[in-house]
Amino acid sequence: MREVWAQFQNPVILFSGGKDSIVTTHLAKKAFHPCPVPFSLLHVDTGHNFEETIEFRDKLVNKLGLNLIVGSVQQAIDKGLVAEEQGQRPTRNTLQIGTLLDVIKNHKIDCAVGGARRDEDKSRAKERFFSHRNDVGQWDPKNQRPELWHLFNGKHSTGEHFRVFPLSNWTELDVWTYIQREQIEVPSLYLSHKREVIWRDNAWIPFSEHLILEENEEVLTKNIRFRTLGDITITGGIESEADTVDKVCQEVSTMRFSERGNRSDDKRSETSMEDRKREGYF
Amino acid sequence: MTNDNQLLRFTTAGSVDDGKSTLIGRLLYDSKSLLQDQLTAVKRVSKKSNGENIDLALFTDGLKDERAQGITIDVAYRYFTTTKRKFIIADAPGHIQYTRNMITAASTANAVVLLIDATIGVVEQTKRHSFITSLLQIPHLIVCINKMDLVDYSESVFNEIVSQFQAFCSKLLINDIRFIPICALNGDNIVKRSSKIEWYQEAPLLHTLESLHIGSDINKVDARLPIQTIFDHPLKKQSEYLAYAGRISSGIFRKGDEITVLPSGLTSSIKTINVSEAKLNEAYTPMSVSVTLTDNLDISRGDMIVRSNNKPSITQELEVMLCWLNTKKASLQSNYIIRHTTNEHLGIIEEIVYKYDIDTLNRLTENNQIETNDIARVKLKLNKPIMVDPFRINRSTGSIILIDCKTNETVAAGMII
Repeated sequence: MREVWAQFQNPVILFSGGKDSIVTTHLAKKAFHPCPVPFSLLHVDTGHNFEETIEFRDKLVNKLGLNLIVGSVQQAIDKGLVAEEQGQRPTRNTLQIGTLLDVIKNHKIDCAVGGARRDEDKSRAKERFFSHRNDVGQWDPKNQRPELWHLFNGKHSTGEHFRVFPLSNWTELDVWTYIQREQIEVPSLYLSHKREVIWRDNAWIPFSEHLILEENEEVLTKNIRFRTLGDITITGGIESEADTVDKVCQEVSTMRFSERGNRSDDKRSETSMEDRKREGYF
Repeated sequence: MTNDNQLLRFTTAGSVDDGKSTLIGRLLYDSKSLLQDQLTAVKRVSKKSNGENIDLALFTDGLKDERAQGITIDVAYRYFTTTKRKFIIADAPGHIQYTRNMITAASTANAVVLLIDATIGVVEQTKRHSFITSLLQIPHLIVCINKMDLVDYSESVFNEIVSQFQAFCSKLLINDIRFIPICALNGDNIVKRSSKIEWYQEAPLLHTLESLHIGSDINKVDARLPIQTIFDHPLKKQSEYLAYAGRISSGIFRKGDEITVLPSGLTSSIKTINVSEAKLNEAYTPMSVSVTLTDNLDISRGDMIVRSNNKPSITQELEVMLCWLNTKKASLQSNYIIRHTTNEHLGIIEEIVYKYDIDTLNRLTENNQIETNDIARVKLKLNKPIMVDPFRINRSTGSIILIDCKTNETVAAGMII
């Protein structure tokens, strides 16, 4: 965090409202105490959010006195930067890429700190802590800078930017144990609650106005909690009774399914995360 | 966030096709660290590409190009936990053009697991990787002789390779070397002892990794705090609260310690040590802290706080062992940016003292060009002094990287002699 502050002109924290970005923000708060966090938060708003996420974001921004930049997918669509997906089950997941890169360019952001972890996906497993992006925002996994000891090289030309991942070596359980230890507040979505859901692709997808019901799909009420938070249209929950952080830690330590297994965006193909990352996804 | 006594980082090395990815897949599979859906996904792909058995390498060979070529082209990190320890594996590539990634993977490792193909024996990459292990001062080297099934689990083949290796590595500086005969494909001596290799009485790989003594691998003696940034308290006047923030790169600092700030040489003592809101009586590597001092001193990023009775040397001229990582040759005319702790200065390579022939470990003084994957001893001259310790006693204040001024790429890693 302090390295980012020292090496870049205009760094931001990529804030999704998910637990990893919350923990990242918490680390920034700790790293600069007693000074205020010197980064803005950048949120890419797909318009398909959980209400709770937005409420949580605004509360946190107020509490820490942060500057918030919102990149709106809806606006990007209106400006013609990106186009809504066609066909069955459209989502706005991939539209975040164009929107994010546009915000980065317009705000002259040279470093975006994210909460991505290497244990999430095969291609994320290969990220550096300081990860270089060229002037059109793309990642070249074959040409990554070697990263030695704790000497991070954030040198870049104008127009290029870096993605920095302080949680690279954390696992899902590490994140939860840390949330427990530091008593960090997380959105209630992560804890078990009653919710209307449908069963699709082996996961409980929350029922919302953005969802088009298919044949044989039926809306049920279940005790649900989410392991990751993305768009409301693609984030699958799991059935769980864990309604406190302590119970979640317990549950995660015995889990037999991976965290993003309930994210339908990752299931589109074997290398869907890599493809999106090369284009500029986080 | 992890307790360093329980955490072991290791990296895998070896030549292409020695079975590194398979070994890691096997470790994860047999220690039951794989999750149900990952398993299902790999089973599905295995069937598509080559029939019945699960292809264990698919758990780690993540990127598209790797699957097509069947080789690992970048460092992939994997995490698993047993009842005894938590592990971070850096799966380093064997292909020669990616040797720089092995260096990346190994620079923060406690141990290297080096694979040798039992049907082939010691090859150039084996030597290169052991040499890098020695250069980077990785404390533990575990040599796994793999594919023992293809040599009928023969003890004499194993012994032959062990003596080949020992003949070579007698010239290296590695304190702890062990040899294990394994078959990653069938799981012999990985998690469980193999019934087919009864002549081998030592522990299998996982147990060896679980019981390596790593507590003494860090430097607890030389207190060094390179300053990253300065905190002015937003609500107080500057003279009232100034904290100097950084990550302790080695040693221990205590409240009340007499300290010297380098390079200025100003002295003071530690008033408080802070981690966020908490005030501590002592802090040690690798904690990130901020400290306040009893006097107001002019300190900026790049300075180093040390204990007054134990100082590093301050110098503009360095003798360094360089690993060249870039495809562009080293230039003796151009400036490079030299990064050391939180310092960045321009410098030039003044002289190439010698280059190593990796095969023989002989020193070559004739050839004065440094190319990709070369390891050479050089003299560097910087435009400003830095505070250094020899790499052999301090991995963090003894290491540098060289950055190309035009491309901004990290072109070399250097260990200060």
